Amino acid sequence: MNMIVTTASPATPNGTTRPQVRIVIVGHVDHGKSTLVGRLLHETGSLPEGKLEMLKAVSARRGMPFEWSFLLDALQTERDQGITIDTTQIRFRTNSRDIVLIDAPGHAEFLRNMITGASQADGAVLIIDALEGVRDQTRRHGYLLHLLGVKQVAIVVNKMDRVDFSAERFKDISDEISAHLSGLGVTPTAVIPISARDGDGVAMRTDRIGWYKGPTVVEALDGLEPARPLEALALRLPVQAIYKFDDRRIVAGRIESGTLIAGDEIVIMPAGKIAKIKTVESWPVTPVAGRQGAGRSVGITLDRELFLERGDIIAHAGSAPRETRRLRARIFWLHDKPLAKGDQLLVRCGPKESRATVVAIEKAVDPGELSSVENKAIGRNHVGEIDISLSNPIATDPSTENPRTGRLVIEVSGRIAGGGLVLSVDAGQRAMPVDIVPVESALRSDERSARYRHNGAVVWLTGLPASGKSTLAKALERRLFSNGGSPVLLDGDTLRAGLNSDLGFSAADRSENIRRLAEVATHLARNGHIAIVAAISPAREDRATARRIADTAFREIHVATPAEVCEERDPKGHYKKARAGTLASFTGIGNDYEAPQGAELVIDTSTRTVAEAADAIEEMLKTTGVLFDEVVDLAANI
Amino acid sequence: MDHLDQLEAQSVYIFREAFARLKKIALLWSLGKDSNVMIWLARKAFFGKMPFPALHVDTGKKFPEMYRFRDHYGKEWDLDLRVEPCPPIDAVDPTLPPAARSAARKTEGLKMALAKYGFDGLIAGIRRDEEATRAKERVFSPRGLEGNWDVRDQPPEFWDHFNASPPQGAHLRIHPILHWTEADIWAYTKRENIPIIPLYLAKDGKRYRSLGDQDITNPVASTASSIDEILIELEQTKVPERAGRALDHETEDAFERLRVAGYL
Repeated sequence: MNMIVTTASPATPNGTTRPQVRIVIVGHVDHGKSTLVGRLLHETGSLPEGKLEMLKAVSARRGMPFEWSFLLDALQTERDQGITIDTTQIRFRTNSRDIVLIDAPGHAEFLRNMITGASQADGAVLIIDALEGVRDQTRRHGYLLHLLGVKQVAIVVNKMDRVDFSAERFKDISDEISAHLSGLGVTPTAVIPISARDGDGVAMRTDRIGWYKGPTVVEALDGLEPARPLEALALRLPVQAIYKFDDRRIVAGRIESGTLIAGDEIVIMPAGKIAKIKTVESWPVTPVAGRQGAGRSVGITLDRELFLERGDIIAHAGSAPRETRRLRARIFWLHDKPLAKGDQLLVRCGPKESRATVVAIEKAVDPGELSSVENKAIGRNHVGEIDISLSNPIATDPSTENPRTGRLVIEVSGRIAGGGLVLSVDAGQRAMPVDIVPVESALRSDERSARYRHNGAVVWLTGLPASGKSTLAKALERRLFSNGGSPVLLDGDTLRAGLNSDLGFSAADRSENIRRLAEVATHLARNGHIAIVAAISPAREDRATARRIADTAFREIHVATPAEVCEERDPKGHYKKARAGTLASFTGIGNDYEAPQGAELVIDTSTRTVAEAADAIEEMLKTTGVLFDEVVDLAANI
Repeated sequence: MDHLDQLEAQSVYIFREAFARLKKIALLWSLGKDSNVMIWLARKAFFGKMPFPALHVDTGKKFPEMYRFRDHYGKEWDLDLRVEPCPPIDAVDPTLPPAARSAARKTEGLKMALAKYGFDGLIAGIRRDEEATRAKERVFSPRGLEGNWDVRDQPPEFWDHFNASPPQGAHLRIHPILHWTEADIWAYTKRENIPIIPLYLAKDGKRYRSLGDQDITNPVASTASSIDEILIELEQTKVPERAGRALDHETEDAFERLRVAGYL
C-alpha cells in the first residue's frame, strides 16, 4: 500500500494559534451590512483571486452598477430579490485576530436566520444608516444580541457620505443607540462613523471624518476577545448518551462549565444519585489522566452501576444545579402562531427534553417598537417572559449563574420555535418536595435472583390490537409463576383505568402513557421481578424511550400477527367500530403502527399455538440471560 | 484547549447528537480528506468504532488510488462499508451542463441508496468555507421527500440545539465539520496522523486540492509535497479550493441547482 501516514510535528504553520473571533454584523435592512462585509474583505486582502473581477463582470452583464454586497449574494435567489436571506460565513484577518464573519440578514422576515448567525458570535457589529437613523430592526437586533448573550457590541454609523460627514448627526445617533442598549445592560465597545462604500472609517481614518478620534472598524475588531470556556464555574456535564460498545459503560457528553478528573465525587441530577468518576475514556489513547475542562467532549466511567439517562446533568456534590418542574424564562418567539398561556410545548435544556405547559405570560412586547404595548400572547419575532411547568423534572441554573446551562429552546411540531434564558427556577409552588431522596431497597439483587431463579426484566409485547399480546402475556405469567418466578402483568388498558386515567389518546398522551408503563415496569425489574407489559405501543420512538428507561433489562417481543387475522379476531369489537367511524384514534386501520426493527423476538400467533409461543419467549429469556438455565447455574450463583 | 481541540470537541458533540436523536444514520464516505477526518472524529466520538455504516456512493469514476484507499482503510478502520452504484448518465437531467450532469449522477445514486436502506440521517463532510451555497447550511439540515434542500425555509438553529425531526419519509443531512476550514482539515490530519491519498501531494508541479471524479476534477499548480507545505501554500494562495472542480464554473447557478436537488 502506498498510503501516506503523516508524521507528527508540533508546529502548525497555518496560524491556528492566533485568536479566532466570530463576529456577526446586524442591523436594519439596507443599512449596509453586506457592503461593509465586502469592503472589509477587500481592505484586509481576503478576497479570492478573480472574485472581484468575476462579480464586476456579472454586474455589467446584468446592466447593474457594481455593489460590494454582491460578494455575499452568491445565491441566485438572493440576487433576484436583492436581499441577503441567510447567514454566510466569511473569514479574514486583522493584525492579531482571525475573524470569522457571520453575515446575518436584516430583513424582519428572516429573523430566525439572524438568530442562527448571531448565536454563534463572540462579538457583534450593529450597523445604522446615518440618514435613516435607529429603526425597528436596529432595536430588535440590539435586544436579541442581549438575549443571545453577545456582550461585545461595536456600533457603526454607515453612509456618513449621505449626511456630509456631519459630526452632529453622528452624535445624535450615537446617543440614541447608546441609551437604548444601556437600558438592556449592553455597553457598546465603540461607536464608529464610516462610509462602507467609499472606505472611510473601515480601515482608514480619512480627512472627511477627521473629527473622529476613536478606532476604525478593523481596529475595533482587532480588540475583540474570543469566547472563553467557562472553566471557573461549577462543573456541568450534561449526559448526551450512555455507550456500551464493549465491556465499558461510558457516559458521554460535553463539559459545559467547570472541570473534572478521575476520582471526583459527582452527583447525577435530577435524581441526586452519588458516584465517583472511575476513568476518563478517550480514543486512540485511553484512559486519560489529566484534568478535563469546559468545552471538551468527554466520556467517563463510574465506580458503580447507576441508572442514568440522556439529559441528566453530572455535577460535583455540593454545587449541583437545581432540580425543578417549574421555571421562568425570557424568550424570543419565531413561530407564526403566537405563544399563549396554556400552550403545550417541548422544551430542550441541553440534551434534556421535557414536555411543558405555559402557565403564565408577562411582558410580551415587540422589541422593535419604542413604546411597545404589552400583549397577552408572544407574537412572531416578539419577546416576553413566561412561566412554564414541566412534565419531567429537569436540572438547570439561572442564566446569570451559568450562561451555558441556563438557556433553553422551545420546539413546536418538531421544529425550533423559540429560545431564551432561564431567569429563575422554581417560580411558584413546586410539584414535588425539594429533598427527594429515593430509598434504595435493603435486599441485594443476587438475593432475589437466587430465590426467583431469574433476573429482573421488562418483557415488552408490542403489536396490533387483537394480535394476541394479552393472551401471550397471561400464558407467560402463568409459566414463570409455576416455575417459582415472580412475574407481574402490566396491561396497557388496565393501567389506563387508574394510574393513567388522566391521559387521552393524543400522540403526546400516548407517549406519556408508554413512559409511565416503562417506569413502573423498570421499577419492578430493578427489584427482581419480570414485568410483562402488553401494550400496542405503535410509535417506535415511544418504545425506544421505554428501552432507554429499562436499559439492559428490556426485552422487546413483536407480536407480528398479520393485520387481516387481527381484524377478523376483533374480540373487543374495536376494528368494527373503527371501520364504522365511531372509534377515533384507533391503531390497526391504516398504517400508523411502526413495526420494531430490533426486537429480541418476533412471534406470529396465526401460525403458532399459545404454548409454542410461550416456549419461544422462555427460550429467548434464557439465551439473553434473564432466566437461569438449570440448577447448575443456580449453584454457581450461590 | 487549542483551536483544533475546540473544533474536534464541537464535531464530536454533533456526532453524538445525531446518533442519539436519529434512528438510522450513515456517514457519506467520499474517500477525500474531509470525510477521512470525519471518520476519525466519529471514532473519537464513539471510542474507536464507528457505530453506523460508511456509505460510498460510487460513480465508478474515482481515481484508482481512491479505490485502493477505500478497500484498505475500510478494513483497517473496521467500517461497516456499503458501496452503492450510481445510475447511468442517461438517467440524469439532460438540461444540466456536462460536469454538473455528471455530478448529478451521484445525487441519483444517493437517492437510490436512501430508498434501499431507509436512512433518516446522512452525515456529510461539507464545510462553510468551501463554497458560498454551503456557507448557508445548517448543521442539521432538513431535506424534502425528494431529497431537496429548501434554502428559503431553513429552521432556526442556535446554541447547539438541532432540528432533528425530519418529516415521515424525508431525511436530514448532518454536517459535523461545517465549521472547519481547509487549513483546519490539514492541520488536524497532520496532528492526528490520519492517512491521506497521495494525490493531494504535489508531483511534477501539480497536486489535487479536492478529489472528485477523474473526468471532472483537475489538479492545481503546486509544489507542496507534504502537509506542512500544503499549510504554507494555503496561507498564501487566493485560489479557491474547488478551482479544480469543473462543475463549479459552468454557470453561476449550476452548483446551487445541484444542491437544491439534493447534491452535497
